[in-house]
Amino acid sequence: MIDRRILAGSIGLAAVALLIGGAFAGLAAEAFHDFGRTLGAIDAYLLRVVRFTVWQAALSTALSVIPALFVARALARHPSFPGRGLILKLFALPLALPAIVAALGILALLGRAGLVSDLMTTLTGSRWQGIYGLSGILIAHVFFNLPLATRLFLQALDTVPSDQWRLGAQLGMGQRASFRFIEWPVLRTALPGVAGLVFMLCITSFTIVLTLGGGPRATTLEVAIYQALRFDFDPARAVTLTVLQIALTAAIVFMLIRLGANMAGDANLSVSPRRPVASGPVERVFSAILIVSALLFVAGPMAAIIVSGLQADLVRLASDPAVHAATLTSLVLALGAAVLSIALSLSLVMARRTLELHRHRNAAPSLLEQLFDTGAGFVLVIPPIVLGAGWFVLMRNTGLVFVVAPLMVVTVNAVMAMPFAIRAIRPAYDAASARHERLAASLGISGINRLRLIDWPVLRRPLFMAMAFAMALSLGDLGVIALFGSDSVQTLPYLLLARMGSYRTADAAGLALFLGIICLLLMTFVDRTGNRT
Amino acid sequence: MTGASIRLDSVQFSYGSTQMSFNLSVESSDIVAVMGPSGSGKSTLLNLVAGFERPASGSVMIAGRDVSALPPAQRPVSMVFQENNLFAHLTVAQNVGLGRSPSLRLDAADHSDIDRALERTGLAGKQARLPAQLSGGERQRVALARVLVRSQPVLLLDEPFASLGPALRREMLELVRALHAEHGMTVLMVTHHPDDAHALAHRIAFIEEGRVSACADTATMFSENAPESFKAYIGN
Repeated sequence: MIDRRILAGSIGLAAVALLIGGAFAGLAAEAFHDFGRTLGAIDAYLLRVVRFTVWQAALSTALSVIPALFVARALARHPSFPGRGLILKLFALPLALPAIVAALGILALLGRAGLVSDLMTTLTGSRWQGIYGLSGILIAHVFFNLPLATRLFLQALDTVPSDQWRLGAQLGMGQRASFRFIEWPVLRTALPGVAGLVFMLCITSFTIVLTLGGGPRATTLEVAIYQALRFDFDPARAVTLTVLQIALTAAIVFMLIRLGANMAGDANLSVSPRRPVASGPVERVFSAILIVSALLFVAGPMAAIIVSGLQADLVRLASDPAVHAATLTSLVLALGAAVLSIALSLSLVMARRTLELHRHRNAAPSLLEQLFDTGAGFVLVIPPIVLGAGWFVLMRNTGLVFVVAPLMVVTVNAVMAMPFAIRAIRPAYDAASARHERLAASLGISGINRLRLIDWPVLRRPLFMAMAFAMALSLGDLGVIALFGSDSVQTLPYLLLARMGSYRTADAAGLALFLGIICLLLMTFVDRTGNRT
Repeated sequence: MTGASIRLDSVQFSYGSTQMSFNLSVESSDIVAVMGPSGSGKSTLLNLVAGFERPASGSVMIAGRDVSALPPAQRPVSMVFQENNLFAHLTVAQNVGLGRSPSLRLDAADHSDIDRALERTGLAGKQARLPAQLSGGERQRVALARVLVRSQPVLLLDEPFASLGPALRREMLELVRALHAEHGMTVLMVTHHPDDAHALAHRIAFIEEGRVSACADTATMFSENAPESFKAYIGN
């Protein structure tokens, strides 16, 4: 008799495999169908796109990670810097913000008609043209990744034992000596992982490049895939681009795993470590300037979202039927994605634990158990736009492309959120199982009764947390909906993009504020719940 | 190096909800074991002398000079912690060399001092090792070698041998005693083990709830005349 938990897990795994496999089938069928054209798609333009993809990611990484080293060091050396706790909280926000909202904030600040455009016109002496193209992409990527890298480096610096700071103080180490002997060694250890993570995020960045990139000169692979499918309708080219994108991300993920990088990117920071360091007045002023500059850089676009969002005609937006429809669609799809995500994750977690219980203590885990364990992690290698592209190509002759849009958004977003959901659910489930498994077996409690009486009380909190995270992710996602969206199926990000495209900037700003607030509320809930468990 | 006297005059310090107030006088070249229950303030007392903590009021005097306002590096003090005394990425010789120059700018004389200190602490030939290649006892020997090249008149030991086995601990205590006999530095040593105090200390300072409740010579403290609370603490 096969255990029901293993059965549930197998179904979950099969669903994930179907989603990924279907996408690959679509791509492969197209490639074989028209092999010559697929190969023929490799031209000078495509090589330029690859080069730009890598180049912008490399620049973004350097501009995020190198300053972050020094900002983190400044924050580490000054545990009682005024507002330090608030600054760290603020630095966690960009990650919770949908990319389209951040892009809009940056345009609202630095765009042609942005808040500082008059100032920039005066400063540069010529009419401010706004940041687009490479500079816009870089600023947006640094906005996301500088605070992330800073938090990760600060976490690394927090691992320095306090005895070593004290030792450094007693031995009279100055600035350079303490950097060389105490700070740099841990930063150097963290550097490859942090840089790799940031590089990965930048190379798969879709929304930022779509909204801030300017034309063929500033296009990345992901955006080129989207353009090939939505505008040129050239599936052969899309397939070639997709294969290149997968090869690129797979190579980077392989490197990251080799480096042992923390792909999760969450940091637990002590708010005020006691840390006696020698700091002269020059260092103190320099650190303060560094921290305040980083703060302004991160807070600027966020403030711009609020200011320009409040300038929009919010009353009219609130009564706009298109906004109502998009809000409803977004919420329904996000809820669907969240429920599906936790259902799939829970089934994998339960099946893995069951297999672990059934095998002998020292036996190696079976292939199936390993798949339950890490299977969902593979989606990290495959960007959502690639999954979407595969299915788009597969479905394009069926006439159902825009009909399946809601299903695609729900499933792809659900699977994207799975690595996080599993991380939230698994420890709680495994711990509960370790405590209750024998008791439940001896009392004959199983199936739905077990879920209701034994697992639910401990899993409730991590499940809600995973759900909120999946909802926030899905609400802000533009990747899949950009491919599958249409006038009949619009989500908030899709509507936002459409309003930007038709130069209704004020509307877009109002929507961005709305979307940003919803996502931040959800992520705050995730954070609060996570801290309590 | 010779010793220096240490004096704490109504040193007030609050740690969480605990209010501490220390009065203590240690003569030059004395060895004092600081004992007391966990959380009573033993390590805080050492941190106040070393300058890692600043008193709210009162004064810390070393060799008759008020050092209360001085940063740790400017106090004539060396300290050995229970662990993390070494930087994991630096060799033994570099870790000791930091005691001479915090930026590791070392001349020939410094290098020969370092070699001598390593030899004295039983680590001859291990200059190029990394801390990970040493045993726990050897790592603490490196820390003591650094104390030698720093040659400060006050040595603070914060349970430096607590994680070593009994035989190793006796060996290390013997080494500290020998180094003290050669250099005569004043030693303040936090310990939980009566044996440590017996083996090394001239006097014992007993700390309770943030106060030095008794300070007397070792023989007295281990006799019938010891304060009741101390007898209860060591379990006799």
